[in-house]
Amino acid sequence: MTEATMAVTTAQAPAAPAARRLLIASARWRWWEFAVWIAAFAAIVLLPRQLLLLNEIAILALFALSLDLILGYAGIVSLGHAAFFGLGAYAAGLIAKFGYGDPLLGLLGAAGCAAVLGFATSFLLLRGSDLTRLMVTLGIALMLQELANRESWLTGGADGLQGVTMAPVLGRFDFDIFGRTAYVYSLCVLLVLFLLARRVVHSPFGLSLRAVKLNPLRARAVGISVNVRLVAIYTMSAAYAGVAGALSAQTTQYVSLDVFDFIRSADVMLVLVLGGVGYLYGGILGALIFKAMQDYLSSVTAQYWQFWIGLVLVILVLVGRDRIGALFSRITVPFSRGARS
Amino acid sequence: MVTILFDGIAYGMLLFILACGLSVTLGLMNFVNLAHGAFALAGGYITANLMNRLGVSFFLCLPIAFLFSAAIGVLLERTLYHRLYDRSHLDQVLFTIGIVFMTVSAVDYVMGSGAQMINIPDALRGRVEFLGGSIGVYRLFIIIICGLLTILLQLGLVRTRFGSRLRAAVDDPRVARGLGINVNLVFAVTFAIGSGLAGLGGALGAEVLGMDPTFPVKFMIYFLIVVTVGGASSVTGAFFASLILGIADVAGKYYVPKAGAFIIYAIMVLVLIWRPQGLFARSATR
Amino acid sequence: MTTALETRNLVKRFGGLVATNDVTISFQQGMRYALIGPNGAGKTTLVNLLTGVLRPTSGSVMLEGQDITGMSPFQRVRSGLARTFQINQLFPEMTPLETVGLAVSERQGHGREWWRLAGSKSEVIDEAAAILERFGLTDAMGVPTKVLPYGKQRLLEIAVAIACRPRVLLLDEPAAGVPEEERHEILDIVSGLPNDVTVLLIEHDMDLVFSFAQRIAVLVNGGLFMEGAAKDVAADPRVREVYLGEGGHG
Repeated sequence: MTEATMAVTTAQAPAAPAARRLLIASARWRWWEFAVWIAAFAAIVLLPRQLLLLNEIAILALFALSLDLILGYAGIVSLGHAAFFGLGAYAAGLIAKFGYGDPLLGLLGAAGCAAVLGFATSFLLLRGSDLTRLMVTLGIALMLQELANRESWLTGGADGLQGVTMAPVLGRFDFDIFGRTAYVYSLCVLLVLFLLARRVVHSPFGLSLRAVKLNPLRARAVGISVNVRLVAIYTMSAAYAGVAGALSAQTTQYVSLDVFDFIRSADVMLVLVLGGVGYLYGGILGALIFKAMQDYLSSVTAQYWQFWIGLVLVILVLVGRDRIGALFSRITVPFSRGARS
Repeated sequence: MVTILFDGIAYGMLLFILACGLSVTLGLMNFVNLAHGAFALAGGYITANLMNRLGVSFFLCLPIAFLFSAAIGVLLERTLYHRLYDRSHLDQVLFTIGIVFMTVSAVDYVMGSGAQMINIPDALRGRVEFLGGSIGVYRLFIIIICGLLTILLQLGLVRTRFGSRLRAAVDDPRVARGLGINVNLVFAVTFAIGSGLAGLGGALGAEVLGMDPTFPVKFMIYFLIVVTVGGASSVTGAFFASLILGIADVAGKYYVPKAGAFIIYAIMVLVLIWRPQGLFARSATR
Repeated sequence: MTTALETRNLVKRFGGLVATNDVTISFQQGMRYALIGPNGAGKTTLVNLLTGVLRPTSGSVMLEGQDITGMSPFQRVRSGLARTFQINQLFPEMTPLETVGLAVSERQGHGREWWRLAGSKSEVIDEAAAILERFGLTDAMGVPTKVLPYGKQRLLEIAVAIACRPRVLLLDEPAAGVPEEERHEILDIVSGLPNDVTVLLIEHDMDLVFSFAQRIAVLVNGGLFMEGAAKDVAADPRVREVYLGEGGHG
C-alpha cells in the first residue's frame, strides 16, 4: 500500500465523530417504537376478548414484514408471496400431524422448507423486469396450490389438512380457546424476528440492499455482488413468510388450500402498502388497519367487505402513497427530535 | 384428437380476443393492468342480462357487449387509468387489484354470486363431422369470429394511420406529441378497443369459460400468460401464445387431468426463465 | 514501468456494426491518460468493455496481468478497476456519508455483515470521513444526495469511485454539465488524485484533456487511431484532421 492512500486512512478525520453519530442515529430506537411493543403486550391483559383477532394480526404482520424485506428493502415486487406462507403452513401442519407436536420444532421446520424454496426460486428473479418477476412469483404460488390440491393423500386436498394437534409451547403453555397462548406465542415470535430484521436492515448488508434497490448499476460499480445479496434477502424473506404460515397452521390447527391463493398474496401486499413500505413497521400498522377494517366491514356487509378494501387501494394509489407516507412522518418526526439522518 | 385440437384452437382464439387488449396496454404501453378481466366480465354480464331479461338476440348482444365494455373502458381510462401510465409498476398493480376487488364484490352484490347462463341460439348448437372428429358448431363460430377479428386487428395495427400513430405514441409519447399526434386520444381509443374486445370475448366465452363474479381473478393469470409468453413486441406473438396455451390447456385437461393447470404454470415459468422478453419477442440488441 | 490495464485485439460487434475494432492498447501504472475521439467513435463501448458492462465479441482485457475478460462488473471493481459515470449514477435517497461509507465498507469486505450496525466500524467511518473531507462534502454528508447541487453530486460521483480505492480509475466526462463556477473544484480533485492510481479520462473538453493527460489515445470509427504523448498527439496533423479539425467539441 502506498503513502498516498495510507494517508487517507490513518489520519483521524475531524468529521469522523459526527459521521459516526449520523450513521448510528438512523438505527436508534424511537419513542414510538417502544410504545408499539408495549401496547402489543399490554393488549394481552387489556383486550382479553380480542386475542384471537390479535393473533391473526400478529401473524399477518409477520407475513407483511417478510414482504417488506424484499419489496421495501430490495425492490422486488412479488405477486406470489403466499407460496412461502402456504409452504410453511403445510410444513408445520404436517410436522405436527406426524407426531412432532412441539410448536418451535414446527416453526424451524417451516422456516427451513420455505427458505429452501425461496433460495431455489430466487435465482429465477435475478433476470428480467418487474413484470417477469410478478409472473414468476405468481406462477410458483399457483403451482404449489395445484400440487397441494393434487397430492391430497398428504395435504388433504380441497378438504384441508386436518388432525393437526399441537403440544404445549415450551412444554408448558397449552393452546386455549380464547387464543391467549396463541397470541402471546405469535407475538413473541414476531418480536424476535422483528428485532432480527431490524438489525439486518441497519447493518452494512442492509445498507447494501438499499443501494441495490435505489441503483443496481451503481451498486455493482462499488463492487457489490447484487445477485448474491438479492438471493440472501429473498431466502430470509421466504423463511419469515414460512414462519408466519406455520404460526397460522399451529394456532388454528388447520391448513386449507387457500393459503396459496392469489388473493392472499394480493392482501399481504395491500397490508404492507397500507402501513407503508420500507420502514419495517408498515407490516404491523397495515395488519392492524386491515384486520380492523375486515372485522368491522364483514360485520356490516358480510361477504362484500372486499369492495371497501379495493376502494381503499384505489384511493391510496390515486392520492399517492408517498404523500400519505410524508404526512405520517410529519406527525411522528417532531416527537423523535428530528432524529432522521 | 381432431376434436381436442379444434377445441383447443377455439379456446385459444377466445383467449386471444380476451387478452389482446391487455397485450397492447401491458405489452406496448407497459401498463400492468390486472383488472383486464373486469371488462370481459362486463361483456359477459350485459349479454346474459339482455338475453335472459329482455330477450335480446344473442347476435345483437355481441356488438352491444363490445360497445358496453369499450364505453366502460374509455370512461375508466380517461378518469383514472391515464393518471397511472407513468407511475411505478407497484402502484399499477395495487390500483388494478383494487379495481378487481371492487368489481368482484360489486357484481356479486348486484347480480349474486351464481354463474350467468347464456343460452346460445339453436343455430349454433349441435356438432358437425370434420376430418373424422366431431366439432361443436359453436366452437366453429368462435373460431370464425375471432379469426376475422384477428385479421382486422392485425391490418388495423399495421396498415392504418391509426396503427402507425399508436406505435409512434408508444415509442415516445413526447416525440409523438411533437409530431402533432393526439397521444391521449390514441391511448383512449386503443384502450376502448382493447376493453371492447375483452367484453366481446366475455360474451362469446361465457358459455365455454363460465361467467361468475370471480372471472377477473380466475382468468387473470391466463391473460398475463398470453401477454408475457407472447412477448411485448407484437400482437402476433400474443396470438400464437394464445393458441399454444389454448391447445395445451384443453389437451392437458384431457390427457393428464390430474396434472391440471400445474403444467401450464410450469411451462410459463420455464419460458420466462428461458426468454424473459417472451417467446416471440425479437431478441433485443440492447 | 508496469502495465496497469491493457486490451488485446478487443472487438465488439452489434449485429453488422463494428463498435470496437481490434483495439490493442496498454495503460502504464500511475500515468494519466485521456481517451478522445469524435462522437460515435466507440468511446462508450470501449468503457463498457473495460468495466464489464458489455462482453467483447473477441479479444481480452487484462488488469495488472490478470485476464478479467470473463469477470462481471462488480468483480472488476473488487480487483481494482473503478469508474465514474457520464450521467450521475448515485443513490438519490441516501446521504453522501452513507454512499461513501457503503463503498468503503464493501471494499473492506464488510458488505455481507448483517449482524452489526452500519457505522460501528471505525476503519470504515474514518476512511469515509476522510474522503468526504477531501472532496469538500463534509457539510453536506448528512443530507439526501438528491437535494445536493449538481456540482456536489458530480464530486460525490468521483468520491464513490475513489472510496473503492482503485488502482485504475475511469473518469467518464467528470465535469460534464457542471456550471463554470463550480468546475474548478472538479478539476482540482481530478488533478489531485493519488499518484499511484492510473487514470483514464474520457473527455470532450480539450482544455481539460491537455491540462490533465500525459498520454492521449484517439479512437476513430471504433479503432485505435493513435496513442502517444500528449504533445505528440496534439501536434499530429492527422489527429487535427480527424478530430480537432472538426471543431474539437464534435
